[in-house]
Amino acid sequence: MNKPHLATPYVVWIIGFTVLPLLFVLYYGLTDASGNFTLANIAAIADPIHLKALWLSLLLAFIATTVCLIIAYPLAMIMRKLNLSKGSFIVMLLILPMWMNHLLKTLAWQLLLSNNGIFNTIFVALGMEPVQMLNTSGAIVLGMIYDFLPFMILPIFNALTRIDKDVIDAARDLGANSLTVFRRIILPLSMPGIISGITMVFVPSMTSFVISDILGGGKILLIGNVIEQEFNKTFNWHLGSGISIILMIFVIASMSLMSRRGDKEGGAALW
Amino acid sequence: MSRKLIELDHIFKSYDGQMILDDLNLYFNENKFLTLLGPSGCGKTTTLRLIGGFETPDKGRILFEGKDITNLAPNERPVNTVFQKYALFQHMTIAENIAFGLKIKKKSDQYIKDKIKYALNLVGLNGYENRMPHSLSGGQQQRIAIARAIVNEPKVLLLDEPLGALDLKLRQDMQYELIRLKNELGITFIYVTHDQEEALTMSDTIVVMNQGYVQQIGSPEDIYNEPENAFVANFIGESNIIDGIMICDKCVEILGVKFECVDSGFGTNNPVDVVIRPEDVQLVEPGEGMLDGEVTSLIFKGVHYELDVMANGYEWLVHTTRMVPVGTKVGIHIKPFDIQIMNKPQFSDEEALTTDE
Repeated sequence: MNKPHLATPYVVWIIGFTVLPLLFVLYYGLTDASGNFTLANIAAIADPIHLKALWLSLLLAFIATTVCLIIAYPLAMIMRKLNLSKGSFIVMLLILPMWMNHLLKTLAWQLLLSNNGIFNTIFVALGMEPVQMLNTSGAIVLGMIYDFLPFMILPIFNALTRIDKDVIDAARDLGANSLTVFRRIILPLSMPGIISGITMVFVPSMTSFVISDILGGGKILLIGNVIEQEFNKTFNWHLGSGISIILMIFVIASMSLMSRRGDKEGGAALW
Repeated sequence: MSRKLIELDHIFKSYDGQMILDDLNLYFNENKFLTLLGPSGCGKTTTLRLIGGFETPDKGRILFEGKDITNLAPNERPVNTVFQKYALFQHMTIAENIAFGLKIKKKSDQYIKDKIKYALNLVGLNGYENRMPHSLSGGQQQRIAIARAIVNEPKVLLLDEPLGALDLKLRQDMQYELIRLKNELGITFIYVTHDQEEALTMSDTIVVMNQGYVQQIGSPEDIYNEPENAFVANFIGESNIIDGIMICDKCVEILGVKFECVDSGFGTNNPVDVVIRPEDVQLVEPGEGMLDGEVTSLIFKGVHYELDVMANGYEWLVHTTRMVPVGTKVGIHIKPFDIQIMNKPQFSDEEALTTDE
């Protein structure tokens, strides 16, 4: 059954759309306009504006990931306890928004949060001052959480449902109270799910530029926005590629950190 | 000598409106190998889980050495359980698995180390301390599960079909292993199985259950030789269950022929069920037995041949070491001692199981 030639379309696809573009990014990132080798594009990250954008990207991604984890874990625990039909209904509710266009959802939040949006209308009707919500870091984090929460819940829910009920009964049988069962059994056994959840929320949050563009109103620059602007507005592909390489290093570093941790916990990660 | 260790007192339990246990009264003596035996859905696993504390009865009490433990959580009960699918902690080494209960009880490191060594030695897996559970075979994992339970020195070890997931040869080896363990540890084993052979091999006492009711309690010999109703006779081993009429004490009419038997107290001219084990049906020359018949099928089973003999309108199941070709005319002889009389079933749970054979 070993037919390597069946993988040909996949190999062509990967080379054409992943490997080649990556090589282009590397080439542009390490050369100047006249094609000479330079590290200036990569060193450009030291520019205070770029550094600030990188730091803010890491910070907002970290906050979004943490909040997602805090919401997702207890929810996944509750879903696990529900009977099968109720549990799968909630899973469906979670998956449903994932089928909706990502851009559309973000635009909807833009409307909701705007100065004459539904929240501020309610605030004013209640006699309060309108609150500036749109174009803040908070709005960006909210958008990230809303978009990426299912990617945290599903792997954790998956990991939790794979824990055999007998294993939990066995721990209780050996004298463990609920806290010990959670700490020594449920938490370690769900670690692979937590790790893939963290990776699946942190990485897209860190690299996002659409959410920050729409909910930050172009006033808050994340590293993704910097790269996008270099490519699309200033047409400096060399600088854009240089910063992309830096971002890629961060992504690869965080993913390998996570997958090493995942291996140690002895479970297959889900991504 | 032995006293009541666990008592189940008028236990009722139902799931989703379906009655699983209906007024169950049962007690377990100390230092015995006790088996709950029955088909799936008979309530045996529920009974075990009630003792383990994983379920609470709708009504009734569970007593342990006279103390009411009905509402105690599993971690507060002096019993430990071995699960069918081992339920080892896959993220811990073998040593950590075995130490789990002891660490919770805050035993000293040296004590835990000694106990791990002792338990691994007992189950014949010396030197497995640092292995991970998934690197062990099913039989080895089940031994670790047993070791993990017994280091806590429970007064009762509950075993929920622990050999169900193992293959036949290993299952037989483990049966002897469990008997040895029980004797070495000197504690009570309560064992749940649907495998009658397993139950007969290991048990001091067997509790046969069906549809949430206890059908018979007794030693393996009692249960096999003197089943109390058609269900027990049919479930434990193979048997011929024939309609009969009790003419008077020690005299029963089967298929129009009067047989001498040893049972009495079943009234006169009373319809009864008659059980005759296939190995107790003796084949003799035609005319020399009580009935005459003809062999209709012959199957070689290894130790014996399994025959069907048609006689007086009933197809007798016969086990014999002699090869008797199909079509042979034979006589059937049955000793009075081998005829077991039972009352007709009064409830559906006492009837023989019908299988799609």
